[in-house]
Formats: sequence, structure tokens, C-alpha cells
Amino acid sequence: MSGFSDVKKIFGGGTTSTARQAGILLSLVAIVLVFQFWTNGLTLTPGNLIAVVNQYSYILILAIGMVMVIIAGHIDLSVGSVAAFTGIIVAKAMADFNLPWPLAIVLGLVVGALIGAWQGFWVAYVGVPAFIVTLAGMLIFRGGNQYIGAATAVPVPEGFTAIGAGYLPEIGPDTGYNNLTLVLGFLAVVALAWREWRARRTQAEMGSETAPVWVSIARVVIIGAVVLYAAFLFAGGRVGTSFPVSGLILVALVIAYSFLTRNTIIGRHIYAVGGNSHAAELSGVKSKRVNFFVMMNMSILAGLAGMIFIARAGASGGQDGNGWELDAIAAAFIGGTAVAGGVGTVIGAIIGGLVMAFLNNGLQLVGAGADLVQIVKGLVLLLAVAIDVYNRSQGRFSIIGIFRPKRRSGPSDQTPTPTTGTPDTAKPGAVTVNN
Amino acid sequence: MVDRPVILEMRSITKEFPGVKALSDVSIAVRAGEVHAICGENGAGKSTLMKVLSGVYPFGTYEGQIVYQAEEVRFRDIRSSEAAGIVIIHQELALIPELSITENIFLGNEPGRGGVINWKEAKKRAVQLLARVGLRDDPDTLIKDIGVGKQQLVEIAKALNKDVKLLILDEPTAALNENDSQHLLDLIVGLKGKGIASIMISHKLNEIEQIADSITIIRDGKTIETLDVRGGDVNEDRIIRGMVGRSLQSRFPDRTPHIGEVFFEVRNWTVQHPLVTERLVCKNESFTVRKGEIVGFAGLMGAGRTELAMSIFGRSYGNFVDGQVFKDGKEIQLRNVSEAIDHGLAYVSEDRKSLGLNLLDDIKRSVVSAKLGKISRGQVVDDFKEHSIADEYRKSLRIKTPTVDEGVSKLSGGNQQKVVLAKWMFTDPDLLILDEPTRGIDVGAKFEIYGIIQQLAAQGKGVIVISSELPELIGLSDRIYTIFEGQITNEFTSAEAEPEMLMKSMTSTSKKAEAA
Repeated sequence: MSGFSDVKKIFGGGTTSTARQAGILLSLVAIVLVFQFWTNGLTLTPGNLIAVVNQYSYILILAIGMVMVIIAGHIDLSVGSVAAFTGIIVAKAMADFNLPWPLAIVLGLVVGALIGAWQGFWVAYVGVPAFIVTLAGMLIFRGGNQYIGAATAVPVPEGFTAIGAGYLPEIGPDTGYNNLTLVLGFLAVVALAWREWRARRTQAEMGSETAPVWVSIARVVIIGAVVLYAAFLFAGGRVGTSFPVSGLILVALVIAYSFLTRNTIIGRHIYAVGGNSHAAELSGVKSKRVNFFVMMNMSILAGLAGMIFIARAGASGGQDGNGWELDAIAAAFIGGTAVAGGVGTVIGAIIGGLVMAFLNNGLQLVGAGADLVQIVKGLVLLLAVAIDVYNRSQGRFSIIGIFRPKRRSGPSDQTPTPTTGTPDTAKPGAVTVNN
Repeated sequence: MVDRPVILEMRSITKEFPGVKALSDVSIAVRAGEVHAICGENGAGKSTLMKVLSGVYPFGTYEGQIVYQAEEVRFRDIRSSEAAGIVIIHQELALIPELSITENIFLGNEPGRGGVINWKEAKKRAVQLLARVGLRDDPDTLIKDIGVGKQQLVEIAKALNKDVKLLILDEPTAALNENDSQHLLDLIVGLKGKGIASIMISHKLNEIEQIADSITIIRDGKTIETLDVRGGDVNEDRIIRGMVGRSLQSRFPDRTPHIGEVFFEVRNWTVQHPLVTERLVCKNESFTVRKGEIVGFAGLMGAGRTELAMSIFGRSYGNFVDGQVFKDGKEIQLRNVSEAIDHGLAYVSEDRKSLGLNLLDDIKRSVVSAKLGKISRGQVVDDFKEHSIADEYRKSLRIKTPTVDEGVSKLSGGNQQKVVLAKWMFTDPDLLILDEPTRGIDVGAKFEIYGIIQQLAAQGKGVIVISSELPELIGLSDRIYTIFEGQITNEFTSAEAEPEMLMKSMTSTSKKAEAA
């Protein structure tokens, strides 16, 4: 038994929420391998991997914001429309007013922030449910996009396209690979090993139980190998292509937001509000500010996603961003985010988004039509959340757990804590007026 | 009266929850057409007993026998007890605000055929039922548009529609004003005349004295005695003695208090109910706390103890009307929770699960959650400090868990409470307000929590303890305030505090001289 749990630690680190992520990660690996086999090796080719990143980076960026919104107990249906609205404004500003593209990117972020402030105001300070606010936003900003763009496509200039369709430049000696991509891959492996070493050192200092050394080594070797393999694939594509710029933006955001949600005060507050807003308020958390922040942040990321999309497409149009909200929400839920809020991780949502991406991509490679792709995506979403709900009702969180025989672990798993003592209780706390 | 036949007998009822014996060998006999009161402190087991009777806890989950109308009955759920004519009216009314009186009366019991409701018939019967409870409102009125007193009457009308023979009322007048209460009591007496027996749980002893024919007193999950009111010799003092008559064993760690000067004072604190603005939950309350002192607040359920505490703690309850708070001689503003925390206040809520903890979180994060800034550089939380601080509390408060990485939902009630205490001790408070700090906690953990409370006082902090258990308050406090209907009625030193006197001040506004 202990041997098995050590193996689990390679991916999970042992805690319940990371064990859930490990389950999703294993599903992702399985999906990629199945399609690799099914497509006779077409899935893991440089060209296809680059295409997947190019096509899904903006959905994954949305998933980062979406998982934070859902953790806080809300939802955002407007992200596709906000992306399209921001896109058309940025495209127009560059086309009609000759705004330099770096300034246009800043403009796009500001537009996203303003929209976010608008939606955050209604959600946090007026108390309109986010579902309604963003449903309204979905209509308002879709209409706004078409009004401004007059339902025509507005092209974007050359320099701007780099954020959506650009690649790392070719520098250094001709190795047959994109050198910069390889360097980044190696750096990532070094960072990984360093982080593992530091985590072990901290654990030792805390005096808490550390996993056996071979677990750490196995983890670094396995993940490092995957990263290097991917780096060689990305670097080995058609000349002029390499790891996409949009992918770089995504990686930077994932690192930044993982840090934000895990290690900062505001991150803790998001989980606290989503987990139990009454308790959070009684601990001094200003829940309105937290709600405002997550909604605003989501719209900024939606603005960024919209810009990356038009940069890749070369023009902004009236149908941009249609249905993105559903992909982003599905990514978050497949990645283990709790429907009721309070639980979820950025990295989980990214893995969930990649599951969707590779399903989509793989099915297209084997020649399935859009109809079938949608059906499969729907079923996967349902299945992923159903497994989660089932595990929750069993008091277990581990996805892996369902493949193993039932066992009674902790005493609290099956027996609810007694609620007796004083069942006849006044509960004034149920009604809270916060000024 | 004594000759009336027994309609209901509960024999040797024992009900256990994991770790807690809520009822142990409780027996009660109700005669036809009488009003039978059940008295006991909060947590004595009254509501549990009624849940057993009404089938909320179905047959098989308890031991003992229920004999109703000369037959043993085994209720599976509320529907089966209602079918037998036993209807329970809960303290929190089970009416739907957005539906009309008629719709509420017939909810789940709609007249009609094949799923189609016969509204004409329903309305006709509603009018008749309302007349029986003395209500003349239009049956189409929405429940949210009538007052709490009338809602209570609608509940009774709903029960009458089910052909009730035994009505159980759990604190029926807790939320009512005097007029509405009197009307309700008259109605209960009137129903008695029509052969409907009632079991009434109430903390208002004057009401019980007024309408009850007999009283069963329950204490610590055991039947203490049954009093025949009509036989005479029963007054409030007699009931109180039965309710609290328990010796104060050495359930408290030894302590020599070192009490300093007054450092915290509340003056003329007045707060409105958050929804019903004409109702004041705190009426002009003033009190003081000294350094190193443990101050008890005694009051029955609904007296306004928690409301007082939460409204002071950053206006977390109700609408602030008037009042001042002084700390170290200076007036301070506590407009929200973070101001309260910054001024050195801490509030440990009575409801650990819904207000005290985020049950999705682990221990270490919960411990630091009320003052994250203390372990952060800039906005970044220091994981290492978090872990080591949580681990120190784990050791010093003896929280039983393998590691502080464990989720708080996996802990027992006592250990969860220790985590909440740790969370507030971490904020370095000068004044801790502990609301029912030992609710739902077993005896051993209680002793440890008393020890922690005493240590905090020994460090020179002021501690306010709100508790429904009088022995606990008396054993722990240096001084006790009594609260009744949102007012501070009396103040006792630990030397003079006696359960009977306290109970008197908790159930009426009489002055200390009269109480003593």
C-alpha cells in the first residue's frame, strides 16, 4: 500500500487536491497516447503541437481567469463577447487612428479592465448574481462588437500579429532546431529540479514527513523528460516556426496566477470567500473587494485573449469568441474545480483545457466532424464532473481512488460530526448585514 | 384531569449520536386534552425528544418505545407521524413566504383529483380553518405580508387541516410580541377544550405556569421529574430548581484571577433586527470588561446574546442604531470586521461550521486566516511561517491531528474548536468574545478549552463568554451579566451568582433585589 502511495506522490505530492489533479493529468496523458496511436503518430508532431498551442492558448488564458471566478463562487458567461468587443476596439484603433501596436495592447487591457469594473460593480456591490450580470454582458458586448465593427472584418497590422501568430526567433548556430526553444526547455528542467530540491529542504526544515528521495528524482526525471521531449518537438518544426509567442504568454500567466492564487493574501481570500463567505467576512475578509477583483481580472484576461485571437486571425470580426465561455468553463470543471466554489487550481484548469484541446485536435485528425467533436466534449465534461461528485459523496477526493477497492480510511469519512448537543439554537448569524 | 386517559407515552427513550448520548432513558406521558410542557436548559434534549416523537429520527435509530392511543407506533418519517395525528410546529416556521396562506395550508396535502388542485374547495376550507384559529385575513394574502404572530397561527391552521390530535409546539412564542403571544396561548387552551392535546417547549416560564397542566423537566438528556401544575405547588422557582439542579463538580481547572482595571466599555448599545427594523435586538445595553477578567453573558435562546456580540464585532449583525465603544479610555470605531480585528477584538462564533471555519480548508491555512498580514511580506504569504505557527498551536492547544496539512473537516468538534481558538489567538486580541465555546464538544475537550480560556485571561486579556450552560458560566466567570429580550437585566459577581437567581434574571426584567 505504501509503495503505491509513494508512486502516487510522484505526481500528487500526496494531498487530496493534488491527487485529483494527478487523476486529470493521467487522463490527459492517456488521451494524448490514444490519439498518438490512433493517428499513426500525427498527434505528437511539431506541426500539430504548434497548431494546438496556437488554437487553444486563448481558451487556456480564459480558463485561468474562469477558475478564479468559479472558486470565488461565481461564473462568467461574457468572456467570449468581451474578447470580441476588446478585439474590435483594438483593431479599429490601429486601423482608423494608426495607434502603434504596443499602445494598442495597452488599450485592449484597459478596455478589459473597464468592462471588468462594470461587471464587478454589479456583482460585488449591487449583489446581482454573476450569472445574470455576465449573461447581460454577453449580449451587451456582442452587440457592441457588431455595432462598432458594423459587422465587417477589421484587419490588424503586421507587428501586432506577433502575439497571436509569432514564434521565437532563430538565433545562434544552425543546429537544425530552434535554439531559443531548446534553451527555454533546458531552463524549465533546471527550474523544476531546483524547485523540487527547495521544496524538500523546506519540508525538512518544517520537520514534516518528506517523500523518499527516489520519488523526487523520479518526478524530476519523468516531468523533465516530457518537457525536453516537447521542447525538441516544438524546436524541430518547419523552419520559421517554434514555440509560439502566445504559448509563452500563456506559460507566463500560468506561473504568475498559480503564484497569485497559492501564495498571496488575495489568493487566499478568493478561496475563503468561495469556501464560506460568512466565515470569511467574520475573519475580516472584504468579500466585496474579492468579488470585484475576480470579475475584473476575468475581463482583463478576456481582453487579452481577444487580442491574441485577432492577432492570429489577422482581423477582428463579428463572430469572434463565440462559445469561448463554454470552453473556458468546461476546462475549469474538468480540471477539478468545484461547482459550488472554494476548490480548484489554475494548473488543474489548464490541464482540463488541454484535455479538451487534445480531444478536439485528435478527433479532427482522425476525420471526425464538428458534430461528433461536440458530442464527445459534452460527454467528457459530464463524466469528469460526475466522477468528482461521486467522490465527494463518498468523502474521498482522489480520482485514482475509484479504481481501487473501497477502504475505510479516516473516521470522518463516513460518520458525520455530531450535530447534537444543542439542536435548539437561535441562529442570528444566518442573516448578516454588512456595511 | 388526572383521570383522563394517557394518549401518548414515550418509554425509556435513548438516542445516541456518534460520541454523544443526547437522550438517556427519557420517559414522558401525555394525557388526552392537556397542555404538557417540557422544560430544560438549552441542549438538555427537548428538541431531540420531539424529533424522535415526530419521526424525524425514524424508528430504529433510537431505543425505547412510543405508545400512542394504546398502540405501539413506529414512525418512519414525519408523514407517518402526521398521518397518526401528531403534528410538530418548529420554531423556525416551515412556511413559504412567496405563497399565499391557502397555498401554504394545503402544501403537500392539496385537495383535488389526479394532481389537479381544486382551488375553490381549498379556499373554502382555508377560510374555515382560519376562523378556527381566529384569523380574519384574506386567504390569498402572501405569507411574507403577514406578521410572525399570524404566520404562527397559519402553521396551526395547517396542523388542524391534518386532523391533528397531538400538537407539538417548539418555542412557539419566541419570536412573538406580548399580544400575539397571549393570543396564541389562548388558542392553545381553546384547542385543549376541543380535545387536542399539546406538547409545548418553552423557555418562558410565566407562560408555562399560565397554561400548562403538567410539566416534564429534562436535564442532560434525562427525565428529572414530572410536575402536576393543577395540583398546585408549582411555581417558576420550583421549575427552575428542577432545570438547573445539578452540582458544580470540579469540572474547571483551578485558577486565581488577576483582574486589572476596566479597559473595554460598551455604552447604550442599540441595534435593530436586520429585516424587521421595528424590532430592537439590543436595547440600550452597557457593560464593561476588565483586564484579565472572564465576563459571562447569560441568557436564553433568542435573548440577544449573539446579536450583541456580533453587532459589536464590526457590525456583523443587524443595523447599528446607537451606542459607543471605549477601549483603554478612548472611543473606538468598529464599523467593519477588519477594524474590530485591528482594535484587538476577536469573536469566536457559536456556529463553528457555518461561521467559524471554511470546512474546505486545511488546519494551517485556517489558523492564520484572520490575520494573513502577520505572516506575509508585501502580499506574499510565507508558507514556512504559516506551517510553523500552525504547528506551534497544534502543540500548545493539543489539537489532535497527525499534521497541520490535514483538512479541518476531518477533525472532531473539540479539535475544530481549538483550531478556531488558535485562529483568533493568532490575531493577538485584547478582548476575546467566545460565543458558546463548548457547544457540541465532549467533556474532556471542554475541560481543555476552559483551561485555554483561563490562560488567555491570565495573560491579561479580557474574555467574554456567552453560554447557555449556567454551571459553565458560573464555574468560569468572574462576573456575569444576564440578558433578557435584548436588555441587560442584572450583573452578578462570581461569589453571588446562583443558578436560580440567574435564571430568574434571564426570564424576566426583575431587579436583583427581587431576584435574590
